[in-house]
Amino acid sequence: MRPFVYHRARDEDAALQAALAGAGHDAPPTAANAQFLAGGTTILDLMKLDVMHPSALIDINRLAGLDRIERTPDGLRLGALSRMADAARHPLLADYPVVAQSLTLAASAQLRNMATLGGNVLQRTRCTYFRDPSWKACNKRAPGSGCAALDGYNRAHAVLGVSDHCIAAYPGDFAQALIALDAGVEIRRRDGDRVIAFADLHRQPGDRPHIETVLTPDELIAAFRIPAAPWARRSLFLKIRDRESYEFALASAAVALDLGQGGVVREARIALGGVATTPWRARGAEAALAGKVLDNEAARRAAEIAFREAAPRKHNAFKIALGRQTLTRALLETAALEI
Amino acid sequence: MSSAALSAAKEAAAQPQPPPSPAEREPLHSVSLIVNGQRHALAFDARTTLLDALREHIGLTGTKKGCDHGQCGACTVHIDGRRVLSCLTLAAMADGAQVTTIEGLAKPDGALHPMQQAFIDKDAFQCGYCTPGQIMSAVACVEEDHAGSDAEIREYMSGNLCRCAAYPNIVAAINQAKSEMKRA
Repeated sequence: MRPFVYHRARDEDAALQAALAGAGHDAPPTAANAQFLAGGTTILDLMKLDVMHPSALIDINRLAGLDRIERTPDGLRLGALSRMADAARHPLLADYPVVAQSLTLAASAQLRNMATLGGNVLQRTRCTYFRDPSWKACNKRAPGSGCAALDGYNRAHAVLGVSDHCIAAYPGDFAQALIALDAGVEIRRRDGDRVIAFADLHRQPGDRPHIETVLTPDELIAAFRIPAAPWARRSLFLKIRDRESYEFALASAAVALDLGQGGVVREARIALGGVATTPWRARGAEAALAGKVLDNEAARRAAEIAFREAAPRKHNAFKIALGRQTLTRALLETAALEI
Repeated sequence: MSSAALSAAKEAAAQPQPPPSPAEREPLHSVSLIVNGQRHALAFDARTTLLDALREHIGLTGTKKGCDHGQCGACTVHIDGRRVLSCLTLAAMADGAQVTTIEGLAKPDGALHPMQQAFIDKDAFQCGYCTPGQIMSAVACVEEDHAGSDAEIREYMSGNLCRCAAYPNIVAAINQAKSEMKRA
């Protein structure tokens, strides 16, 4: 690991000031000289791999009040410094099963005790070409250098939201639950807070895959807001992977349904993981289900639509079939939930 | 942040490549760790992980370095009663915390923790390298009440890999120890 300066932030203002001081010229947050340190499970790993080499780490773990989980007039507010394990078992999340399940099915018990919700949504891709600097071509790690994955071993890579510059899959699970439930993100900055839709947090790679979010280096995620909604209770997270536990998704689906008389879909909320470059909302599939009875045929049709734009490479075409089956099963299981 | 540290960060931000080496200018970080009940006042380079602090500075080599990237669980210790990976924790992050390692499980008179005894009784290891991490994780698994069934044990122990694949015996050991831990 390269040398860096370690600071423990006294309070939010000091953390934001240090971040601003170490922002670097025009760099996206991931390339800033100063990086926030929370659970450390992504950044210390990537610093050991020499993928990230900040000159300063700002330890925000002891900032007070950012780890609260609370009910609000319009739903739920999850503090960004809550640990995944603490959030997953919080009684308030019982009314949002897709959120709790997305957290419980991720990583390992040890990592869930360490990793925070804010860091979780910002975790970097598991693309092996990104994680190994001996590969020269990676537009995400070294802008303009090319993409070794396009014609490399790309079994784990994305089929949705890809570009000619990057096909790295977004690895997280929690983000799919957030995007499906129309969550918002509270962002702290020195001149005041701003709130954005979670769906607007991540950027598709396009021709600048090194810019992963709309955050600036001097901004800190403070909390996630999840609105209460009639579909939140009837929801689940289905994760398909190479081994049954402690593995990233090859395909996942976050589904929430509001069903009316006779199982007619009033509202459907669908997000897909493991198959896309960013947290991925499948709005076309949602629209196709509205007003329909959710049977086998309707579920299959929605899954078909969700992958209509898929662009596979040499080794990952199986993700289209796997993704469709994952979503079909998730829809049918969600409809069948007894709540 | 101190004003000196802040100006160091500003200076770092202003400098072109290559970045200055903070290690040359920064004093070592004073860190106080309470390991198995004993306080250690140490000074570390900021890069020192809790794992390296335990092994290289304090001399407790029971905690093992497997992958050093948070993928194998061999380095599992407890911080303030929670199981975590010491390879992805900076020693500085644990300043003031209570750390429990495999060396801290047995009683002062040498009597083994029920989980240690169960691993012996059930032959739950072969080469032994992953075992300290397995045992620390297993103790937490029972304390978290995640050892209700074999399936639950397997799920909540999935962060500890065993290259010898002693998994069936590890599950048996946890089943044995959990009843003894509840009695105790």
